[in-house]
Amino acid sequence: MTTQTQRTNIASAVLMHGALILYTLIALFPVFVILINSFKKRKSIFNDPLSLPNADTFSLIGYETVLKQGQFFSYFQNSMIVTVVSLFFILLFGAMAAYALSEYRFRGNRWMALYLALGIMIPIRIGTVAILELMVSTGLVNTLTALILVYVAQGLPLAVFILSEFMNQVSDDLKNAARVDGLSEYRIFLSIVLPLVRPAMATVAVFNMIPIWNDLWFPLILAPAEATKTLTLGSQVFIGQYVTNWNAVLSALSMAILPVLILYVIFSRQLIRGITSGAVK
Amino acid sequence: MTALSLKGVNKSFGAVQVLKDINIDVEEGEFVVFVGPSGCGKSTLLRIIAGLEGPSSGTVSIDGTEVTRAAPSKRGIAMVFQSYALYPHLNVRGNMSLALKQEKQKKEIIEQRISKAARMLNLESYLDRYPSELSGGQRQRVAIGRAIVREPKLFLFDEPLSNLDAALRMNTRIEIANLHKQLSTSMVYVTHDQTEAMTLADKIVVLKDGLVEQIGSPMELYNDPCNQFVAGFLGAPSMNFLPASMINEGDNRTLGVRPEDLIIDDQGPLSVTVEHVEQLGGDTNLIVRSDDHQLTIRLFGQHNIKENAQIRLNYLSGKTFYFDADGSRV
Repeated sequence: MTTQTQRTNIASAVLMHGALILYTLIALFPVFVILINSFKKRKSIFNDPLSLPNADTFSLIGYETVLKQGQFFSYFQNSMIVTVVSLFFILLFGAMAAYALSEYRFRGNRWMALYLALGIMIPIRIGTVAILELMVSTGLVNTLTALILVYVAQGLPLAVFILSEFMNQVSDDLKNAARVDGLSEYRIFLSIVLPLVRPAMATVAVFNMIPIWNDLWFPLILAPAEATKTLTLGSQVFIGQYVTNWNAVLSALSMAILPVLILYVIFSRQLIRGITSGAVK
Repeated sequence: MTALSLKGVNKSFGAVQVLKDINIDVEEGEFVVFVGPSGCGKSTLLRIIAGLEGPSSGTVSIDGTEVTRAAPSKRGIAMVFQSYALYPHLNVRGNMSLALKQEKQKKEIIEQRISKAARMLNLESYLDRYPSELSGGQRQRVAIGRAIVREPKLFLFDEPLSNLDAALRMNTRIEIANLHKQLSTSMVYVTHDQTEAMTLADKIVVLKDGLVEQIGSPMELYNDPCNQFVAGFLGAPSMNFLPASMINEGDNRTLGVRPEDLIIDDQGPLSVTVEHVEQLGGDTNLIVRSDDHQLTIRLFGQHNIKENAQIRLNYLSGKTFYFDADGSRV
C-alpha cells in the first residue's frame, strides 16, 4: 500500500516536473535565441540563427551600435522612471483603496468594489483615442507624466482586487488592538496591515511591472518624442521598413531584459520572505 | 466611584437589535464577568465599552467621565483579545511598549513598567523574542502584559482563554485571578464558559439575546436564579428540569433540581433507570432516564452502581426551584 502510494507520488512528481521543465524551455527559448544572436555577426545570425557564437562569428557590433546611438541611456532612464513611479503609485493607491474597501463599512461599498473591478475586464486600450484627446487638451502629450497616469489607471483595478482580498484576511483583533493602543488609522495601515500583505504587494508589483516595461502602444501614441521615448519604443529605430539592423535590435532587447530581471528578483525575494514568515507565525 | 457605568445601551445592526437597554455598574476594583451563550451580544457590549463600536443609544462612562464617543485610546482602558492580537513584526518588548510610545511616555518609565509587567508574568527571558517564537500560553501572557503596562483604569478581556488547552486554561485562569488581586483594578471579562465566570467573578452578568437576565455574585446566581435560563446556564453538570406533574399530579410548572441535590432513596417519588455511570474518582455522575426525561445525579465519592439498574430518587427539600411556562421563577 505505502510503496504503491510512494510510487504514484514519484510518478506524479516526475510528470509534474517534466511538464514544468518543458514549459520553462519553451518560454526561455526565444530569450535564449535573442541572447546568443546579439553576440553574433550579422551574417551568421541569418546563416545559422540557432548556433552559439564561436570565435569566427562572435561580435559586439550590435552593442556598439546601440551604445553609440547615444539616446539609448535616455530611453533606458525613461523606461525606468515610468515603470518605478507607476508601480509606486499603483501600490500606494491600490493598497489604500483596498484597505478602505475591506476595513470600513460605508454606503455603496460593494458597488465601489465592483466599479473598481470593472477595469480588470475592460482593456484600457479601448479608450486610447479619448485618452489621447485628454492628454492633448491638458498639454501632457510627450511627457512621462502622461504614461505614468495611464499605467497607474491600468494597474489599479487588479491591484485593488488582489490587495483587498488579502487585507480581508488580516485579523480584526489585531487592528482593534492597535486602535486601543492609540495608533491612528494611517499608522495601522502603514505599520501593521501593509507588512502583513507584503507578499500580495510583491505579486501586484510583478504583475504590473512586465506589461509596463514592455509596452509599445502608449509610448508610441502619447510620448513618441525623442526626449520621452522608452526603451521598447527606442529599439524600434533599428527596425526599418526595408532594412533592419538585427544586431542592434537584438542587443537592445538583451539589455532591456536586465533591469526588469533585477526588479523581479527584488520583488520575488519579498514574496518568498513574506510566504515563509507567514508559515512560521 | 464607579469604574464603569452603562446606561440604557442599545445596539442595532440594521434591523437586528443585538443589545437591548443594558444598564450595568462596575464598582472600583470589581471583577465583572459577562457570560452567555454565543450570539448573546456579550462581545458587542465589550466592544462598545472599548469604543471599537458605538452604541445606537445610551451612554458609557468610565471612572466618572462620559466616554460614549471617545476614541478607544482616550478611555483609559486596555484590552486583551481572544486571538492574542500581538503585532507579528515586533518583539515582546516592542509589543508592550508600542502604546506607551504612542502616549509619549519617557523612556525610563516605559522600561520600568515593562520590567515590572514581565516580572509579574514570568516573561523576563522572552522580552527579545518575536510572537512567532512563543507558545500559545506565552503569547496570551504577552497580550496581558501589553495591557498591564498601560496601567489602565479598566481591563477588558474578550474570551482570553478560549484558544488555550484545558490544563493551560486552568493555570492562566488562576494567574488572572492573582493579577486582579495584585493590581486591584476593575476588570470586565467576557466568556461563554460558566466555570470561568463562577471562579473569577465578583459579579456575574448573565446575558441572553441582548438582554441582561440577571446580575449578582456567583453564589447569588447559583442559589437564587431568577429564571430557568440562568438556573440552567450556571453550574456543571447543569440543573435538571422536569415537569412538576411527575411528582404532583396536575402541577404544570417545571421543577429544577441541581445534580448534587438529588439523592438515591428507596422511598423517593421518582423511579428511574440508570443509563450511564461516569466514575470521576472524586465524584460519580449518574445519567438516568425517567420516561422521556434525562437527569444527572452527582454523588460524592465512589459508588458501584450498575447500568440499567432501577433506582428511586428523592431530592433535598428546600433545594428545588419552580419555573412557570415562560421560564420565570415562581
